[in-house]
Amino acid sequence: MIAYGKDKSAVRDVTADIKRNAITAIMGPSGCGKSTLLRAINRMHELYPNIRTEGEIELNGESIYKMSTTKLRRKIGMVFQRPNPFPTMSIYENVIAGYDLNGSKLKKDQKDAIVESSLHDVGLFDEVKDSLNKKGNFLSGGQQQRLCIARALAFKPEVILMDEPTSALDPLSTAKIEDLLVELKNQYTIILVTHNMSQAARISDNAMFMYLGELVEYDKTKKMFTNPSDSRTEGYLTGKFG
Amino acid sequence: MDNNAIINTTDNSNWRELKSKLFLGIVILLSCITISPILLILYELISKGIKQINPDFFFKVAPDTLQAMTAVRNGEILPGGIANGISGTLLMVALAALIAIPVSIVIGIFLYENQGKKYANLIRTLTDILQGVPSVVLGLISYIWIVQGVTKGFSALAGSVALAIMMLPLIIRSTEETMKMLPISIKEAAAALGVPYHKIILKVMIPSGFSGLMTGILLSISRVIGETAPLMLTTLGSTAINLNIKKPTSAVPLQIWEFYNNPNMIDLVWSSSLFLLGFVLTLNIIAKRISLRYN
Ligand SMILES: Nc1ncnc2c1ncn2[C@@H]1O[C@H](COP(=O)(O)OP(=O)(O)O)[C@@H](O)[C@H]1O
Ligand SMILES: [Mg+2]
Repeated sequence: MIAYGKDKSAVRDVTADIKRNAITAIMGPSGCGKSTLLRAINRMHELYPNIRTEGEIELNGESIYKMSTTKLRRKIGMVFQRPNPFPTMSIYENVIAGYDLNGSKLKKDQKDAIVESSLHDVGLFDEVKDSLNKKGNFLSGGQQQRLCIARALAFKPEVILMDEPTSALDPLSTAKIEDLLVELKNQYTIILVTHNMSQAARISDNAMFMYLGELVEYDKTKKMFTNPSDSRTEGYLTGKFG
Repeated sequence: MDNNAIINTTDNSNWRELKSKLFLGIVILLSCITISPILLILYELISKGIKQINPDFFFKVAPDTLQAMTAVRNGEILPGGIANGISGTLLMVALAALIAIPVSIVIGIFLYENQGKKYANLIRTLTDILQGVPSVVLGLISYIWIVQGVTKGFSALAGSVALAIMMLPLIIRSTEETMKMLPISIKEAAAALGVPYHKIILKVMIPSGFSGLMTGILLSISRVIGETAPLMLTTLGSTAINLNIKKPTSAVPLQIWEFYNNPNMIDLVWSSSLFLLGFVLTLNIIAKRISLRYN
């Protein structure tokens, strides 16, 4: 259960096992608690004042509340709705920011290797290799979002949380990011919030449908789209509401 | 005024054109009225003060009365300059900034982080009140605290404290406003990388808002650099260059006041004022540049 201040709970009764090396989509109408649930997974919801939480989330059987947020967020990275590279930093510095800002002392060649492989993983390296020391603001929205994914990948996290990562992007950039996610799931576990049903259908392996703060249905994406077991899921997928 | 305008557009097009020309004329007239004081001030200061501006003006201390009288009698320009004032002003403003900047930035960030909280609102209100306190009163406070309490005599430190108190509310508010302008998303980005709170502030928020913070600081300096009353009560003035913060010190605005009271030194009033105005204008232009480059 997660509640903001004195309000009634924004998310309740969610029990789910997230599969490793798969894309799990969280769908549901706006305001149903998708972002709140997602943020709870790496405790980003704790940034809000007066938040109340009950329940348990485990990563490989270990309670996330027993880890420091620093350690937890190294293992569970996050990508946001709008690309948010650090405006004062170069592309290179952005990718390595997780290390630099936490005060890790890495040698130059270690950093270089991390930056290069992270940018390779998001298919951005060839596009930016000549401007690594420039600020990222000349990049397109899609490139900036891939830069942000690279920044999250730099830690080699186990899980990547993504909150509608393509909703601010054009269709072409969206398609590129979707392809990227499908590739990344071989190495990472991805939890993807989307209110775009066709996106969930295209790239996710499993899907959750949330409604009014509750997890209504959680199943294989194929099964959910062809034969949903809850009438509310069916109603949402057929466009009756949402 | 003209209810039929929509229907009779063609018939009224001349009248409309006239109206918009009239309006333009009024705007131009009003802007001339607005900028004329600054132009007049500049004209007066330059025409009366420029002849005193030479290397000596910057590097020599003020002449004594006898020197000034001799020069006036011989129709020469006044010897000496305002090096004691310039050095004192720079010393006190630097010290004031050193005191005010860290305190105000911490408070400004505190206000930003605690939007809507009671104690933050209280501090914000107190800050606004402080901004409204006449500077001479702040001079009195610093007289009691520092002149009587710490340095046991007039001192540059006392002047700096008075100026620092004046700078506080200005930098506090500009810091809070700057932080509010930063997108929350960069804070989230840092938090999602597991960066602890104090490092988010120090390494992400402050660098991202650097130009805003800088602008606020420069403007606050230009606000206090011409203050005279609080300095009269705290640093008194000095005929020599003094860089000891426990001793009385001169300052450019104090010197302007002294020159004004000496019939032989009137010319130095103009050149010193020109210097002060030039300094303030330069600070303002730099501040504007910084904020433009960032946006
Ligand atoms: N910071 C917040 N403070 C208070 N209420 C919030 C906050 N964020 C979200 N909520 C509320 O929690 C509910 C779920 O929101 P959210 O998780 O953002 O939904 P979704 O991402 O599915 O659109 C909504 O009713 C919303 O109004
Ligand atoms: Mg959301």
